[in-house]
Amino acid sequence: MALKHQPLTVKLAVIALAMFGFGFALVPLYDVFCDLTGLNGKTAVTAATAEAAQIDTSREVVIEFIARPNKQMPWVFKPEVTRMTVHPGEIHIMNYLAQNPTSRMIVGQAVPSVSPGQAALYFHKIECFCFTQQQLAGGKDMLMPLQFYVDPALPSQFSTITLSYTLYDVTSAWTGDSAEPSQPGE
Amino acid sequence: MSAVVTDHEHDHEHHDHKPSGIKRWFYTTNHKDIGTMYLVFALVMFFIGGAMAMVIRAELFQPGMQFVEPNFFNQMTTVHGLIMVFGAVMPAFTGLANWMIPMMIGAPDMALPRMNNWSFWILPFAFLILLISLFMPGGGPSFGWTFYAPLSTTYSGDSTALFVFSVHIMGISSIMGAINVIVTIFNLRAPGMTWMKMPLFVWTWLITAFLLIMVMPVLAGAVTMVLTDKYFGTSFFDAAGGGDPVLFQHIFWFFGHPEVYIMILPAFGIVSSIVPTFARKPLFGYASMVYATSSIALLSFLVWAHHMFTTGMPVAGALFFMYCTMLIAVPTGVKVFNWVATMWRGAMTFEVPMMFALAFIVLFTIGGFSGLMLAITPADFQYHDTYFVVAHFHYVLVTGAVFSIIAAAYYWLPKWTGHMYDEKLGQWHFWCSLISVNLLFFPMHFVGLAGMPRRIPDYALQFADFNAFISIGGFLFGASQLIFVWLLVKCARGGEKATAQVWEGAEGLEWEVPSPAPYHTFETPPVIK
Repeated sequence: MALKHQPLTVKLAVIALAMFGFGFALVPLYDVFCDLTGLNGKTAVTAATAEAAQIDTSREVVIEFIARPNKQMPWVFKPEVTRMTVHPGEIHIMNYLAQNPTSRMIVGQAVPSVSPGQAALYFHKIECFCFTQQQLAGGKDMLMPLQFYVDPALPSQFSTITLSYTLYDVTSAWTGDSAEPSQPGE
Repeated sequence: MSAVVTDHEHDHEHHDHKPSGIKRWFYTTNHKDIGTMYLVFALVMFFIGGAMAMVIRAELFQPGMQFVEPNFFNQMTTVHGLIMVFGAVMPAFTGLANWMIPMMIGAPDMALPRMNNWSFWILPFAFLILLISLFMPGGGPSFGWTFYAPLSTTYSGDSTALFVFSVHIMGISSIMGAINVIVTIFNLRAPGMTWMKMPLFVWTWLITAFLLIMVMPVLAGAVTMVLTDKYFGTSFFDAAGGGDPVLFQHIFWFFGHPEVYIMILPAFGIVSSIVPTFARKPLFGYASMVYATSSIALLSFLVWAHHMFTTGMPVAGALFFMYCTMLIAVPTGVKVFNWVATMWRGAMTFEVPMMFALAFIVLFTIGGFSGLMLAITPADFQYHDTYFVVAHFHYVLVTGAVFSIIAAAYYWLPKWTGHMYDEKLGQWHFWCSLISVNLLFFPMHFVGLAGMPRRIPDYALQFADFNAFISIGGFLFGASQLIFVWLLVKCARGGEKATAQVWEGAEGLEWEVPSPAPYHTFETPPVIK
């Protein structure tokens, strides 16, 4: 009697296990989907090459910079200017000020987000402090550079792009290997 | 539809050897015993979750803080939701499936009786774990039943671990129950019980069981990710480590939307059994009911992001999810049309099960319409996370799922106990419930549209009158359910003897065995004409 039910029971149990795996497979699937569509406004995590793109001087795009430390992050963190008007294709450098008011060393990781999300695909960073973890001793400050350009292929409906950084305290997870401490403040 | 030719009554006492006392319930593999335990468990949970709702309504009776701390209020909304969804509605449906599916398809028992025993007996432990977490330092889970990250990861207390394990156990229990239902329906149908002869309750449960094994594992995955994010340093939902909190919502609602159909499809099956009985006409459009149920189940996998319109998504995405959501109204409309058409020119009587089924049709439709309003992306930005949403899902879950469960209990109670319930008391229960439930949930639409947010223990003064009104409705609805308990106890103890058919217009195999249904039924399969 029980043997009669075994094949179907096993098949259904396999479906259940496969769906458990599918839940986890959604994580990389989501990343790929977002990379392709720019859905969540994430920008590339590696440097873009500075292409000899033509500068489109006929067009102006406003870039807004927002920077905020996460609630648990004690650093002061802000951009040098909050707004910049650029031509697509032009390479610009923007500095962010970071200051550690505490007395201990803290490692920070900035996570960028671009709004509107679809514009993330057209915002290229040649160099960014967000590619690595940043280490800052207590009481010190530093300037963190960002080098970027806007792709001339940016669809015409976008006239303003907001780049927002959230800075997280990752000291507890820091191993020291991934960071290239750039501490001009020291 | 079918008729039993064999008679197996003469030897049922011979097989009726069950351990006595408490051991009978611990060791039982009998589908009727297990069904009864599921139903009693669901009723107990309904009252525990209901008591939490009473705390919520007491606090919201007046603006300002009166009785509880905000943190405790949040624990109440969270655990109320978890208990009602996983502890009351789902086990009640599983209990009905255990009791009725074997009797409806002419099977002697569920296909995997020992697994059936496990899937019930791990449930009390799941809810024990969840409930004792309320007594931990810092309190129980307080992040809402949807446990969005980072509320459940970064900002939650250590009771989160207990929450995660209890959800794991609930999930395992549901998956085992669902596998059992599917195997039973596939392998144990009586000869002649073809697919398109199965009662609709069996059909809707079959489809529900498939939904369960598709999405409960995804929920298990989501809570596991929350657990590892919180305690083991992973970053599935933590932006600092390259994760994305919005991903949590995608995974959760990939489970969550089919879950709402898990809680309503069996209700459709129940109403499709009750309406033809009391209209004394066969169900109108049987085949279209089966196809409508299947289409709802398939569509339920394509609409999850309508819970997330405000997280920001491209216009194409918003339109896709909006139109898919609205598309679900079509098969649902087919069902409502069929129920109404079944009653058309029927010789109707209005016993309590029929009253609850009629209330279900009207009030569930109201909940469906507010769901359509919420599906409209631009409008959803105003409704999102307000009491309008609370009104919507309580209309579909309380006057929908819970009313159908109560209707089913009245409908099959004479079959279970062998006694007719007290009709007059049942009518009292119905009318008290009907009036109070609308006092309770209808004004929530208005305060929601006016902007009152959900899950907040205090509110702006202009909502005070409506909230006092809602709370009174809530207390009355809670008290009305005590009538139901009294009626159940009375009916279990005795009453007018029920006949095998119980209801004049009832058709189906379950009405061809005596009342109360013997411990073992259909040991020799019936012959279906």
